[in-house]
Parts: sequence; C-alpha cells; structure tokens
Amino acid sequence: METIILFAPLVGALICGFGWKFIGEQAAMYVTTGLLFLACLLSWVVFIGFDGTTRTIDLLRWIESGSLSTSWGIRLDRLTAIMLIVVTTVSALVHLYSFGYMDHDPQWREGEVYKPRFFAYLSFFTFAMLMLVTSDNLVQMFFGWEGVGVASYLLIGFYYRKPSANAAAIKAFVVNRIGDFGFALGIFALFFLTDSINFDVVFAAGPELAETQLFFLWRDWTASEIVAFLLFIGAMGKSAQLFLHTWLPDAMEGPTPVSALIHAATMVTAGVFLVCRMSPIMEFAPNAMTFVTFLGATTAFFAATVGLVQNDIKRVIAYSTCSQLGYMFVAAGVGVYSVAMFHLLTHAFFKAMLFLGAGSVIHAMHHEQDMRNYGGLRKKIPLTFAAMMIGTLAITGVGIPLTHIGFAGFLSKDAVIESAWAGTNGAADYAFWMLVIAAAMTSFYSWRLIFLTFYGAPRGDHHTHDHAHESPRVMLIPLGVLAVGSVLAGMVWYNSFFGDHDSVNDFFGIPHHVEASEGGDHAAEGADSAPAHGPVEFGGIYMAPDNHVMDDAHHAPKWVKVSPFVAMVLGLGLAWVMYIRRPELPGKVAAANWPLYQFLLNKWYFDEIFDFLFVRPAKSAGRLLWKYGDGATIDGGINGLAMGIIPFFTRLAGRAQSGYLFHYAFAMVLGIAVLLTLMTLTGGAE
Amino acid sequence: MIAADLSVILPEIVLSLYAMAALLIAVYNGKDAVASLVLRLTVAVLFLAALWVGLDHNDTRVGFGGMFIDDGFARFAKVTILLAASAVLLMSENYMARRNLLRFEYPILIVLAVVGMMVMVSAGDLMALYMGLELQSLALYVVAALRRDSVKSTEAGLKYYVLGALSSGLLLYGASLTYGFAGTTEFAGILQATQSGDLSLGLLFGLVFLISGLAFKVSAAPFHMWTPDVYEGSPTPVTAFFGTAPKMAAMALFARVAHDAFGAATADWGQVVALLSVASMFLGGIAAIGQTNIKRLMAYSSIAHMGYALMGLAAGTAFGVQAMLVYMAIYVTMNVGTFAFIMTMSRNGQPVTDIASLNNLSARDPLKALAMLVLMFSLAGVPPLVGFFGKYYVLNAALQADMAWLAVAGVIASVIGAFYYLRIVYYMYFGTETDPLDTVETPLLTSLVVASAAVMVVGIINLFGVEGFAAVAAASLVQ
Repeated sequence: METIILFAPLVGALICGFGWKFIGEQAAMYVTTGLLFLACLLSWVVFIGFDGTTRTIDLLRWIESGSLSTSWGIRLDRLTAIMLIVVTTVSALVHLYSFGYMDHDPQWREGEVYKPRFFAYLSFFTFAMLMLVTSDNLVQMFFGWEGVGVASYLLIGFYYRKPSANAAAIKAFVVNRIGDFGFALGIFALFFLTDSINFDVVFAAGPELAETQLFFLWRDWTASEIVAFLLFIGAMGKSAQLFLHTWLPDAMEGPTPVSALIHAATMVTAGVFLVCRMSPIMEFAPNAMTFVTFLGATTAFFAATVGLVQNDIKRVIAYSTCSQLGYMFVAAGVGVYSVAMFHLLTHAFFKAMLFLGAGSVIHAMHHEQDMRNYGGLRKKIPLTFAAMMIGTLAITGVGIPLTHIGFAGFLSKDAVIESAWAGTNGAADYAFWMLVIAAAMTSFYSWRLIFLTFYGAPRGDHHTHDHAHESPRVMLIPLGVLAVGSVLAGMVWYNSFFGDHDSVNDFFGIPHHVEASEGGDHAAEGADSAPAHGPVEFGGIYMAPDNHVMDDAHHAPKWVKVSPFVAMVLGLGLAWVMYIRRPELPGKVAAANWPLYQFLLNKWYFDEIFDFLFVRPAKSAGRLLWKYGDGATIDGGINGLAMGIIPFFTRLAGRAQSGYLFHYAFAMVLGIAVLLTLMTLTGGAE
Repeated sequence: MIAADLSVILPEIVLSLYAMAALLIAVYNGKDAVASLVLRLTVAVLFLAALWVGLDHNDTRVGFGGMFIDDGFARFAKVTILLAASAVLLMSENYMARRNLLRFEYPILIVLAVVGMMVMVSAGDLMALYMGLELQSLALYVVAALRRDSVKSTEAGLKYYVLGALSSGLLLYGASLTYGFAGTTEFAGILQATQSGDLSLGLLFGLVFLISGLAFKVSAAPFHMWTPDVYEGSPTPVTAFFGTAPKMAAMALFARVAHDAFGAATADWGQVVALLSVASMFLGGIAAIGQTNIKRLMAYSSIAHMGYALMGLAAGTAFGVQAMLVYMAIYVTMNVGTFAFIMTMSRNGQPVTDIASLNNLSARDPLKALAMLVLMFSLAGVPPLVGFFGKYYVLNAALQADMAWLAVAGVIASVIGAFYYLRIVYYMYFGTETDPLDTVETPLLTSLVVASAAVMVVGIINLFGVEGFAAVAAASLVQ
C-alpha cells in the first residue's frame, strides 16, 4: 500500500507528461488527479490504521560501494504518516483546484497546450516529496530533497515567457543550493562518523557523536553539534529561514496552486521535517538547537514585520508562511518536535486554503494581485470570502482561551508559544517574546488582507470589479475540504501532539521505558543533567530523557497561555481601526514613519544587500573568467592551435610532398642522419 | 632432415607452386579470359591457406638451420595477411573488370607477394628476411603499375620501385654492418653476440639502417614519402592491398628483428622506434588535414596508424607486441571496409576519389553512410568502437613501459587525427549536395563495408578473441 502511495504520483507524472499526446489533454489531467486521490485515500488509511511502531519496507538496492550501502526503502513511522497525509491531501486538492484555475490561463496563447505539463510537474513534485518523507536513509532523502527542488524550479518558472518568473526560478534554485551544500556536508559528516547513512544506524550513534570531536575548517567541534548545524543549514534553505529566505516571496511568480502546494504546505516544511526526523541527533546538540530556536524566532518576527506592509496578496501570504515556518523551528529548537509537527500539519491546512482562496480572488479579479485594487468583494464572491475568513481565523489563532476549543492555528500556535516559554536553551525566552509579538503582527496583516480585499469600497478598475465572479465548483470544493481541516485539525489531534506524555508517546511510537527511566519527576532533572548513555530508543521522534519542555509547557502560568490570544485581539483591533474605521490612517502612519515604512516595504533591504555582497561580485568574477579565462585563454589557445598552427604545419607537409623523387630520397637520408646522430649520442655504451 | 625443413615451410611452398601452376595454365589457356576464374580460385586458395595456418597448433618449429621460424607469432601474422589478401582480392574483381584491368597476372602477383610476406614474418635470419622482403616488394612494384596506360599509375610504380631500391640498399647496408660486427646473420646468433653488455657502435649503426629499411616498408615518417603518391596512383584495389597485408607483414618483421635479433638492446631501438612513432602519428594527422583525395587521405591515415602500432612496439615488452598485433588486426579490418567503400565511389562509371563528392551521401545511401560513419569513428578511435580499444591497448603498453610522454603524444595526435575522419562524416551527413555519385549496386562491396562496420560495433564485446591469440603470439616472440 505504501508502495502504491509512493509511486502513483510518479506513474501519473509519466503518463501525463509523456503520454498526453496519445490519450489527450483532458484524460491526462484526469489520470494524474485520479492517481493522486488514490494516493491520498491510501495515505489516510495508513495514517489512521498506523499503530506507532516503526516499519521499514525495502524496495530495491541502489548504490553499493565500499561500506556505503544505499537502498530505496520506505521508513514508515508516525512522522512519515503525518507527512503522507499532508502531502497527498494538499496535492490531491491542488490538482483538483488546478482544473479550474489553470483553465484559459492568459499567459498562454490560444491552442497552446500547457496543462498536461503543469499536472505532470505537480505529480512529479508530489512523488519527490513523498520520496523525501518516506526515505529510510539520508541519500534517498537527498534525492527527494533535490527532486522537490527541481520541481519547484520548474513550477516557479512555469510562465516561462515572463522574465520575472524565470529570474525567480533561478533565484529559488541557487539560494536552495546554498542550503543543500550544508545538507550534503552534513550527510558526508554523518557517513564519515558512523560509516552508514541509514537512519537506524545514524540515530543510534547520537550519544556517541556528542562525545566525538570532529575537525572542521579551523578547529575541533563536537561532532553532533556540527552535524546538527550543517543539517539545519539545509533546512534553512528549503524552509526559507532568515538569510536564505529571499527566494520564497519571489517564488510567488509561479501559478497560485503551486504556491499553495509547494511554497506553503509541503516543500517549505521539509526543513522542519528534517529537523524533526533528525531529532535523535539534534537532541545531542544543545548549541545547535539554541541556534535553531534563535533563528526561527527571528525569522518569525522579521517575516511578520515585512508582511505588515506588502500590497501583493500572494506576497503577504508568502511572508506569513515564512513567519509560520519560524514558529515551527522554534518548537523544534526547544525540543518539542511533536509540536513542530503539529503546527506543520495545521499550517498546511490553513495556509493552503489561504493560498487557494487568494487564487480564487485573483481568478475572480482577472489576475489582479494588488490588494489596493480590491475592496468590497465579499458580496461578489461570498464562498471564497467564507473560506478566506476561516483561514484567517485559523492562522490568527481564534479560540477560547484556556480551553482546547478553537481553530486549528489557535491550538498549534499556542502550543508553540507555550513550548518556547518552557524551553530551557538560551534563546527560548527571546523566542517567546518574539513569537508573541509576531502573533500580534500575524493577526494584523491577516486581517488587513481580509479588510482590504473584502470590505470597504471597491477600488481600482471598475470594469474588473463589475466582472468579478465566483470561481467554478472544482475550485471551491478544495477550499471546503481544507476549511474543515482548518477548523477541526487542531482540536482533533491536540492531545496526540501536545497532550499528556503518554498519548504523545503512544502517537509517535516512542518506547515507554525511556519515559519510565525519567520517572516523570522534575526533581530528577538536576541529577540527570548529563545525556543518557544507554541505547537510544526512538520512535517517530526522539526526546532525550532530560527533555521536560513539553511537560513544563503544560504547567505554564495563565498569562503565558493567554498572551497569544491577547496579541491576536490587539492585532485585530488595530487592523479594524486602520482599515475599516479610519481608512485614511495607514497613509498617515506610513508618512509619519517614512524610513521605517520603506525599510519594511523593501523587506529590510535583504535583496539589495545580497545583490551587492554576492550577486554582483559573482557576476563580475564570472564575466572576468568568461572573457579572459575562457574566451581569451582557452578558446584563444585552442583556436589558435587548431586554426593557426596546425594548418601551418599542414601546408608545410603539403609542400614537402612535392612529388619529386629526390625530395623523397632526401627526406629518407635526413631521417637516417637524425636517427644515427641520436643513436651515437645516447645509444649503446654512451 | 630436408623433409623436416620442408614441412616447416610447407604452406609457402604450396602457395608458390600454386602461383607458378596458375601462371602456366593461364598463359596457355586464354590469358585474361580466365583472369576472373584465377582470381576466384586464388581467393579460395588464400582463404584455405589461412585456415590451414590458423588451425595449426604446432609448437615453435625451426627449419633450415634457424633461417625459418614457424611460431605462434608468425602464424598470427600469416593468418592476418592471408585473410586480408583474400578479402582484398575478392572485392577487387568487380572493380578491375569494369575498368578493364582484370589481368590474370594480378592475382598471381598477389600470391607471390603474400608468399614473400610469409617468409618475412617467419624469417630467422637476415638472409631469409631479405629474400622475403624482396619477393614481396618486387611483386608489389609491379601491381602498383598495373594500369600501364595511366601516367599516375606508372609513376607510382616507378617511384615506389626507386625508393624501394634505396630502402633495400639501406637495409642491406645495415645487414652487412650487423654481420660484420656480430659475425653471423642468424637472429639467434646476433642475440647471443649482443647479450654481453652494450652494443658496439657498428652494431648500433647496423640496427639504425635495418630499422630505416623496415620503417620504409611500414611507411613510418620520415620514410613515408612514397606512400601518398603510390596510394593515389595505384588502382584502388591495389591501394587497398598496400594498406593492409604488407603493413601487417612489415610490422611483424619489424617486431621479429627487434625482439629476436636485438632483444638484448630493447632500450636502444625502443627510443628510435618511439621517435618514428611520434613523427608518424603527428605527420599523418597533420598532413591528412590538407587532403581532398580520399586515397591520399587514407595514405596519411595509414602513416598515422603505423605510428600507433610502433608505439606498442616501442614499449619493448611482450604486452607491447600483443598491443601492436591487436592494433594491426583491427587496423587491417577497418581498412578493408574503408577501401571497399572507396571502391564503390564512382561517377559516370569513373572512379571518384574527391571527398567532396561524398556530400549528402546519407540521404541517398543511408546504410553505406552509416557504415562509413562507424568506420571513420573507429579509425578516429572514438569509444566505444573497436578502434578505440586498439588505441587503448597501445597507449596502455606505452604507459606500462614508463613511456608516459609517448602515450600523451599519442593522445594529442589522435585529437588532431579525429578532425579529418570527422570531416568525412560531416560531408556525408551535413554537406550540401553537388554532383551525386552513381548508385551502382555493388552488393559484395556494400556487404563488406557493412560487415567491417559491424565488426567495429560487435567486436567491443570481446574483440572476437583476438586479444588471446595476440597474447599467445607475443609470448612466443618475446621470451
């Protein structure tokens, strides 16, 4: 069954990509979508029927070289099961949604066939993503990791007639490559240290790595720290964390279903998945985890500030994604991987829905994306409005404080913030405050989006507004399904991800005696500060015996638990004042704080700084090597040799071949003379 | 005693008797009218002789007091020579007949040349060496001038004869010097005389003159000058013959003299051969670029290929000899196919040799063009075709003999050489059509071209076992 889940999208991609000419455009699209729904159905069967014990399914052997043994295999544990449903569900819905959204795309001329290509790419992406999450070793994971990178590149640049789309695709690829470099180094380091790339072996070596020293660059490091750090570099690239985040907003150049699937729900969460998957290593790298926490919190804050002032509807959501990924990393960074996965799951639902909703708005508004040209759309497209509303309620975290009743984001985000408060590493307190502030800003920009789009007076082109229409049913059904998820996902799985210790352990299949050795008693913490040296027991995730963050989070004071809610209300209130009550206010605020406004509007000038620091020097170095290194030296040398010197000798040889016998005889005599001289000088006794 | 000697040389005797009998019978029975019959019979006789020699599993036998050696090495060379000669004869019938060149002497002369070659490769004495060489050469001088009414052909014959005489003089001078300083003409004796310490200056000179004479026969630079003119002037089947069997024979003789007579002075002749090798590879590659006549081009190509074969020899090891033998076997096969192709080139019944006439051949005759493409790629040494493995062998031999510089030079020369082979392919596939060639059906030639190309492709599996035979042959020569 798992094999079918894994390969159905690949089969779909192949049939659709190469076979559409034979079976027709429509049929090709139906095949991919059908196969994806099949995979989705089976994923849910696997997820619900999964008992928590890790299983490995071998598919076939791949690379055998020395002690490196790589196979294609499926590692089925809770982590994989969660990712399976996230990936296949969102992907299936996005396939369905694309039937409507990609129909009559204005980017293409009449009669051009582009839809099978789009569907094939989507399915290929899904296959690569599944390869990533089901992998039982690092190399297969890297294969999936690169596969999703390629698919992302192809889909961002799908509108290849738009130069900006091509530039964005290249940017995404190149920036990701920096992260991949770190990831690859991490894999090498692990193989170097443990002589294996299989998760089982690598994970078991966690405690050992914590006591190994590894020389890297200029000094010795604790092996587990350096490995964890390198792996996190990879995660930073994929998950668009600070410094490597610049590609994500640009990636919005791709069609909106792509943004929903790849750049919100699945691929960008691969980094979080990686950190959680590698938890048996991460747990032995406290410093690296502090860094993860710090960077996650900073990203959450940074992206939220930028999101405040963006005008493009998709960019607002893109920065929101960036920010929410920061939340997930904070949760993972303080050691509560289950909560990171929880937020990943709920975020997939509501963020995919926000994107698809935004796509529906864009579709209705004839591909207008600037929110300043929206307004008052709630009556024109009521169903989309309802969906967006649910999505916003979910992302801003609306619920009843101090209970477990609320939208999905309410439960998962509060869990993240409480975990940050309870976190023990150095960056945890910083992270807590950053996240609370970011929560207020999240609320503000999300409501700003709703108010600008659906409330107030229509702005912009009248003609467009007059023709605004509700999207077709194939686009609304996915919204409905995701809405259900956005409302219920939090409440249904709260206990499994962030409930009491036993239920989380059960859910993730963490063996019980780990917890037993800890005794559940916080007093033991001091005595047990050194990492355990027994064999590492792990299920889907691993939490060190001295990791009590989750339990501490449950005992957080009331003000901590209420704080995100308060932040949300503040943001909502401010947004309401600025965009409903006094619509002239934003302009004045911006004018009053002009430098700050520009700073945020230009995304903290990251693109400009990178351009100055890296892009331009690289380009000029490239030009130098091209013009002088390649052009003048190599081409010049080869061409000079091939077109100047050799023909000269050719002419010479032609002239020597005069046809006169005495010339020929002379050449022979000359040859004899040379050989005799050589022999006399070097041969025999000499 | 004499019976034992005769049994060693039996194949040569039988072939000689056949040649003389055929000559007598043809002269008294219709002359050129039976030329076709004689030719076919000769093809069969040569082929049977190849089988006879090839299936002979005797150990090394020596006859005539060491003058004639029948060992694995000689047999390998003889089989190659006989097969090449019979293949070339077979494909020349139609060509010669159409151009009114089919004389009954032609196959007989070829047989005599082949006998000369067989004596050459079996020579165990400077006398035997010279006898074989001259028997071969005299026959070849005549066939080069076979087209008596053509100025070019007679000129080719004359040039070949005069320069051949000069080379024979050099060789004889070397032989006499060697005899003078070693006191014997027998290879084994020379080997013994040179065993103790370094060669005397007289022997060194003798060696150089011997090598020069042999280098003329294999057309190694700078003793190559006759090759392009003779190749161009001779009728194409004769050129094909020049390009195959005599090259194998001369190369084998070269190896025999080098190892059997001067095996103790490997370092001395090794450097001379290496120098000849480099000069040939580069000259062949560079001069061929300027050619527009495909026969001249093939002449330079053969010069370059002899350079590679000499590289194997220059290594001075058994592996080097094996590499040389493998290379020559592959080279002969490629050349048979290529010349079969050249023979099919004609316009209005006249043979055409201008490579520009190949323009756009792929559209008109895709099968032949494809086969020629494979042959050209193989000649250029493009992997994975068999020609590549030949080059790989000799380069490897040079490397193992610590002659890395020679291997590097070989690689560079092969890059230069690739240019003119690829140009032919370019003309065939991308050239703009000018004046099309005739499309005469020549099933025999076409099938030879295709078969040769197929060997280049299929042979990559195990080279048809040639490696093993060559290894045995090399082991019997180099002890």
